[in-house]
Amino acid sequence: MIGYWKKVYAKNDNVKAYTLLSPALILIILAMVVPMALMLSFSMFTQVNMMEIDYTFTFQRYIDFFQKNLLVTLLIKSIKISFLVTLITLITAYPVCYYIAFYVKKNKMLWLVLLTLPFWTSYLLRVFSWKIILGTKGVINSSLINAGILSEPLTFLMYSETAVVITLTHAWAAFALLPLYVSLEKIDFSFIEAGRDLGLSRFEVFWKITFPLSLPGVIGAILIIFIPTVGDYVTPALLGGTDGRMLSNMIQAYFGKINNIPLGAASATIMLTTVILITIIVSNVTKRLTQRLT
Amino acid sequence: MSNSFIQINNISKHFKDVKAVDDVSFEIKEGEFFSLLGPSGCGKTTLLRLLAGFEYPTSGNLLIDGIDITALPPDKRPTNMVFQNYAIFPHLNVEKNIKFGLRKLGLSHDEIGNRVKDVLKLVKLEGYEERFSNQLSGGQRQRVALARALVRQPKVLLLDEPLGALDKKLRDEMQLELRTLQKNIGITFVFVTHDQQEAISMSDRVAVMNDGKIQQLSAPNELYKNPKNIFVSDFIGETNFLKAETKSSDGGFINVSIEELGEFKIKNNLNIAANSSDVVCSVRPESMMISNVKSDWDICLDAKIRQTSYLGEMTRFYVEVKGIDKTITVSSQHFDNQSFENNECFISISLEDISLLNKK
Repeated sequence: MIGYWKKVYAKNDNVKAYTLLSPALILIILAMVVPMALMLSFSMFTQVNMMEIDYTFTFQRYIDFFQKNLLVTLLIKSIKISFLVTLITLITAYPVCYYIAFYVKKNKMLWLVLLTLPFWTSYLLRVFSWKIILGTKGVINSSLINAGILSEPLTFLMYSETAVVITLTHAWAAFALLPLYVSLEKIDFSFIEAGRDLGLSRFEVFWKITFPLSLPGVIGAILIIFIPTVGDYVTPALLGGTDGRMLSNMIQAYFGKINNIPLGAASATIMLTTVILITIIVSNVTKRLTQRLT
Repeated sequence: MSNSFIQINNISKHFKDVKAVDDVSFEIKEGEFFSLLGPSGCGKTTLLRLLAGFEYPTSGNLLIDGIDITALPPDKRPTNMVFQNYAIFPHLNVEKNIKFGLRKLGLSHDEIGNRVKDVLKLVKLEGYEERFSNQLSGGQRQRVALARALVRQPKVLLLDEPLGALDKKLRDEMQLELRTLQKNIGITFVFVTHDQQEAISMSDRVAVMNDGKIQQLSAPNELYKNPKNIFVSDFIGETNFLKAETKSSDGGFINVSIEELGEFKIKNNLNIAANSSDVVCSVRPESMMISNVKSDWDICLDAKIRQTSYLGEMTRFYVEVKGIDKTITVSSQHFDNQSFENNECFISISLEDISLLNKK
């Protein structure tokens, strides 16, 4: 029997491949495919009361979602917050990466390590530290009041959309730095010199050569920030207040306090689909845009 | 033909403590194929980059066609460059790469189309408009780089070792092609290379550089026949050096004692001082003969062959002359089909083929 399997194994490359892949495959099936399938099926059931679920197949939950103004508003707000976070991160991280890639000659690694140093502490700790900075008695407000610039603390800083955007931007910046740096690092400086040699100003060279060539990194950074932040619920829960609440907080509530698992599952599915659609559109539009640019 | 189309006046470029280019002055004529030749780190590429505007000189000034370009940025200079790695923009196809440099020239749509068509024909790349850099061979990339620079019709074309990445056969072809192209379009070429054969075969004039300075600037055949110093003599072609000492001077001639060979009277073209031991004699391989019979040349020495290595057009002999071990290189045609009994041979040199050089 063992001899037979040995023969099969030796002859068949597919068997070999699947054997090698099996630990990862099993993990993915158990931790990704099964939960996704469960979520999809639950989104098509009905919560009858606190304890009971009606397992008849229906699309009603999806209709419910779009009939509830709150959910649609929260979905739009989640996208808006993530979009802002992504944009601010890109605008701040890109020049830093550009500088390290083209102007730092020695110890590039040291620069990158120093930039990512804050990210060695836990995500939760970083979120809490922003509470200390942004709070009504936090670093910003108390120093402004002590300096006599303000008489009352700025309230929009804390428990607001602003707080969520600031915190998420900081929390995810490191993840934008790396793909941006890698794509800029790869650009041969002679491309930039060639651009200047062919009569373009520094500014034009940037838009026609450097930026298009760094596009893979830009798209990578967009996806790496946009996807996780749109579904983040820790930061809005801790710093968002009512103003900064996002759809994920609502989904969490449907699975917990409110106990409407099917509607929660439907909301999650809608969110997932939206994120997938947005990433596809964003990468295509960015590519198209740069083609127009050049 | 102006004699000073490009003027390089007392140009120095220092990088921290390194003098990459050290107080260099010379002129390049209009329509000339001019080469900067030297080993790596000699300052030739820095000098080219100074002309292109990628570096600015520490001191001195540069003029092209009477206009001072010393402080002008690259995009304002009448020069274009063919980069060592070609620097073909990978996100643009061949046509867009070539059009890239035309957008700022204010040409009409038709004019742009015509120029692109003409230059593609010139570099024999018609039909490759849609290709991208990664779909081209090394030689084709080189042509795109050339076309992209030439389409702007610069006054001066700068070439930074453009043939370095090609294999030998293709390189030889491109040498000829570049030379023909340059003669046809009449643009001044400034060509940087570390390959002496390349510089010699293509250029009207060559500046040999070392340690940031021009060692010799002359026509290729002059470099070979009348090197001004030991560096040029060694760098250009193959040569044999013989230790020497000058004795008394005698008009255009000087008495020189060469190693153990004796004293000879040879021409003193470089006005080398008498009674100096800082000199050396150089003899080209084709001016030496190794034979199994005595010759009637000015110098004919008995020698014993210890070892030979065949290098193709030249052969290296490891010989013993009057008890001294010596390596000499001789044109292979000068001893073909000769057999040496007991490895005994005669080395012959004609006095007029010995050039006397200063060591420094």
